[in-house]
Amino acid sequence: MLNRQGRPTTPSHDTTVVHKTFTGNKALQQIEPLIFEIGSTDQTGVDIDAPAPHHKKLGKFERKSPIGLPGLSEPETMRHYVRLSQKNYGIDTGLFPLGSCTMKHNPRLNEKMARLPGFSDVHPLQPQATVQGALELMDTLAHWLVTLTGMDAVAMSPKAGAHGELCGLMAIKAAIIARGEEATRKVVLVPDSAHGTNPATAALIHFEVRSVPVREDGTVDPHVVASLAGPDTAAIMLTNPNTCGLFEKDVVAIAEAIHKAGGYFYADGANFNAIVGKARPGDLGVDAMHINLHKTFSTPHGGGGPGSGPVVLSERLAPFAPVPFIRKTDEGLQLVEDEAEATNHGAHPFGRMTAFHGQMGMYVRALSYMLSHGADGMKQASEDAVLNANYVRACLADLMSLPFGNKPCMHEVLFDDTWLKDTGVSTLDFAKAMIDEGYHPMTMYFPLVVHGAMLIEPTESESRASLDLFIATLRDLAIAAKRGDTERFTGAPYHAPLRRLDETRAARSPVLKWTPPQPILEAAE
Amino acid sequence: MRYLPLSADDRSDMLARVGVDHIDKLFADIPHDKLLDKVLPLPLSKSELEVERILSKMAARNKSASSGPFFVGAGAYKHHVPATVDHLIQRSEFLTSYTPYQPEIAQGTLQYLFEFQTQVAALTGMDVANASMYDGSTGTGEAVLMAHRITKRNKAVLSGGLHPHYGDVVRTLSEMANAEVVTLKPDLRAKEDLIAAIDDTVSCVVVQSPDVFGTLHDLKPIADACHAKGALLIAVFTEVVSLGLVASPGEQGADIVVGEGQSIGNALNFGGPYVGLFATKTQYVRNMPGRLCGETVDAEGKRGFVLTLSTREQHIRREKATSNICTNSGLCTLAFTIHMSLLGEKGLRALAEVNHANAVMLADKLAKLPHVEVINEQFFNEISIRLKGDATKIVDRLAHHGIMAGVPAARLFPDQGLDDVLIIANTEVNTDEDRDALVAALKEAM
Repeated sequence: MLNRQGRPTTPSHDTTVVHKTFTGNKALQQIEPLIFEIGSTDQTGVDIDAPAPHHKKLGKFERKSPIGLPGLSEPETMRHYVRLSQKNYGIDTGLFPLGSCTMKHNPRLNEKMARLPGFSDVHPLQPQATVQGALELMDTLAHWLVTLTGMDAVAMSPKAGAHGELCGLMAIKAAIIARGEEATRKVVLVPDSAHGTNPATAALIHFEVRSVPVREDGTVDPHVVASLAGPDTAAIMLTNPNTCGLFEKDVVAIAEAIHKAGGYFYADGANFNAIVGKARPGDLGVDAMHINLHKTFSTPHGGGGPGSGPVVLSERLAPFAPVPFIRKTDEGLQLVEDEAEATNHGAHPFGRMTAFHGQMGMYVRALSYMLSHGADGMKQASEDAVLNANYVRACLADLMSLPFGNKPCMHEVLFDDTWLKDTGVSTLDFAKAMIDEGYHPMTMYFPLVVHGAMLIEPTESESRASLDLFIATLRDLAIAAKRGDTERFTGAPYHAPLRRLDETRAARSPVLKWTPPQPILEAAE
Repeated sequence: MRYLPLSADDRSDMLARVGVDHIDKLFADIPHDKLLDKVLPLPLSKSELEVERILSKMAARNKSASSGPFFVGAGAYKHHVPATVDHLIQRSEFLTSYTPYQPEIAQGTLQYLFEFQTQVAALTGMDVANASMYDGSTGTGEAVLMAHRITKRNKAVLSGGLHPHYGDVVRTLSEMANAEVVTLKPDLRAKEDLIAAIDDTVSCVVVQSPDVFGTLHDLKPIADACHAKGALLIAVFTEVVSLGLVASPGEQGADIVVGEGQSIGNALNFGGPYVGLFATKTQYVRNMPGRLCGETVDAEGKRGFVLTLSTREQHIRREKATSNICTNSGLCTLAFTIHMSLLGEKGLRALAEVNHANAVMLADKLAKLPHVEVINEQFFNEISIRLKGDATKIVDRLAHHGIMAGVPAARLFPDQGLDDVLIIANTEVNTDEDRDALVAALKEAM
């Protein structure tokens, strides 16, 4: 069909034939070289006026060697990074059911607020009288965190979840030292289902890790904890809801067992998003818990950070919180930065976690999220997150296998690979096939306590229509796998910007930076 | 609530599909007496407009760095960030993506991490850089533990020119990890004898250059002394722009280089988020903390990038990992990489020259003031001066008049006899008028 200008308006021939392109590009999928291959050391995208004449005061330290940093003009830079961005999958692209990571909607109001000059353009060492609003924001966020968790205090400065774990365990170690028991209390109990950061954190500050086996229903048995805990026990690190997507139903008995043995209860708050407004860790006997602001309170994951991991503390641990912390005075809010000064105010800080006051940019975003939701909205968000996960469970339970039985889960549902037995399809293959269907895969092979784990966390941000399509897709894939349509899986992804990548090769002979291509030598004479 | 797509009907239909009649049935594992029966005593949900009002009011109570002459540094620096940077890092695909565990749909993140690692290695003069740490201070703490792993020793020596908050982070981590730290006295004039402190029990020496007072240090003799005793030199910087004009730590013999990258691409943000730069020699890479991105090929032979050498990391090694670090500074590394790509070598050198020239001009003006002594002989963009009077009081008075004069040394080193010392940073954002205003105000205040 042609229109009046002679322009074809319908496809004129068979559209099933795929032609190779000259460029290797596939329309919106562009091959993009590295900046080192397109830029030059003589090019720059920033106009800087030459400085006024001056005598250099660099002594003998002036750089004489070239650096080797290519520059690009502004339009080239823009295009380069836009093209790179188009090779990434984000929450805004589609459903991102990465269990334990809480890929919920990141409101752009939060971004706007974090960029107010009063927050973003403020220096950590300005006179405190000129940053009273920033301190007020930190103090307000601290109040929300303490109220939502039912705890006594919060150490704000940890920079991410694992850094928060470190802060919490340091507070515990400081408390044990204050009790004079550092020579004996050296063991931290960690369930097999824990995040890898838990044992790594404990080991980093020279605690011994003692594993707690998970019982058949996917939770921790308080009797086992009681039998493993004793005078050598510093703490237990327990994730609740746990990484199997289950609430530790005996959490109160576990807390009692650990307290009875003289230890502390560290809770990994990675999954706090399931119970905000429904239960308070402080009521469950928790002594310390980090909160991932980038999970529960929607600050963006940013391709792997920056995070923020404030740690709420019980009355017993609060005095040991690190500097800096905020103190209310008659003249306003005061940031106590010095350990000696902190001691004057009755505190016994164990030290300092980071140079300044923590992740202010993340505090603003988190508070913006909290104010938007309110106490009522956050409770609703937790309920919706749990409902969505259970809906996915209910709609897939007949096809996929649930290692702990078909019973209610919290905000995420855990499947194992029993249902894939003898299909020739692995969890990894299944995940890669999801990519072709336009989804980010779920968390795979974690937790380690079940075989071929698939941990699905849809979050509260998904509509019912979105969930229905996701479920239908997974059902179609599951049926295909069982039918023996293995090629759809074992070669997947077929439609992503790249096919499956060779990770073994990357690790065996690591290439960790770009190096200029070597000139091709003439053939030997 | 605008962020929640489920309607009341959706909820009841879905509950029915799940097979329960009330949402709390899904929370049945929470002990009954611990399940909250009412909404917590916090404000209820608010419109976007209301939230903006509340937060804007708080923001308005702070004095921003752009609102007047601004000379505050000592570990964080006010620089101009091109508009392109902030636009690009807010693209959804960067902002809302996760750690690139599925490399086929995360090549955007992985490629910029590879570019970042290459840029950082080039800047520092080292073989290899990781995909970032939380910030310079936590990176320094990790570098010390890394040196202990490599040397199988347990004692770090910290220069008196190291930012004291960095020192505190190292001491805190070391104390908890049963490692020893020797800290030299605040070193106002780069005169300390670090070499005398190095013996064959020392694992590493940590030296900052430019140091917290702004002075450049000669790393070469310290590196040589370290190596003679089997120790490592950890070189630290807080102002990455200096590397545009100053010889790299790698050229001077450093074994591990750690720095704060905030100056490139990132705002002051009242102290965070920032981006820790971390680089070392090839032979130490398997002892390195943090994520690493490496090159490989896909099933069709096309070049691609993946996270690699993860057998060092907590999600594989658990209690045997080199560090507990999980998240890095993803988006801040992107901001760094984009800004650095815009600058290139030519732009970075020009930027560094302007910074240095501005600092020289200010130092010259201040040296002419009565009762002022400029302490540094060689510096990059930051200087320290001795004033007549208490620097904290003078800074507070000037702040009242809209001039942010710098960081009183006593804020960083309380009770160390540095009450009359002021640390002053000078970057490309400072104009002749700013400098004249500062000099005039200081003159009047003394």
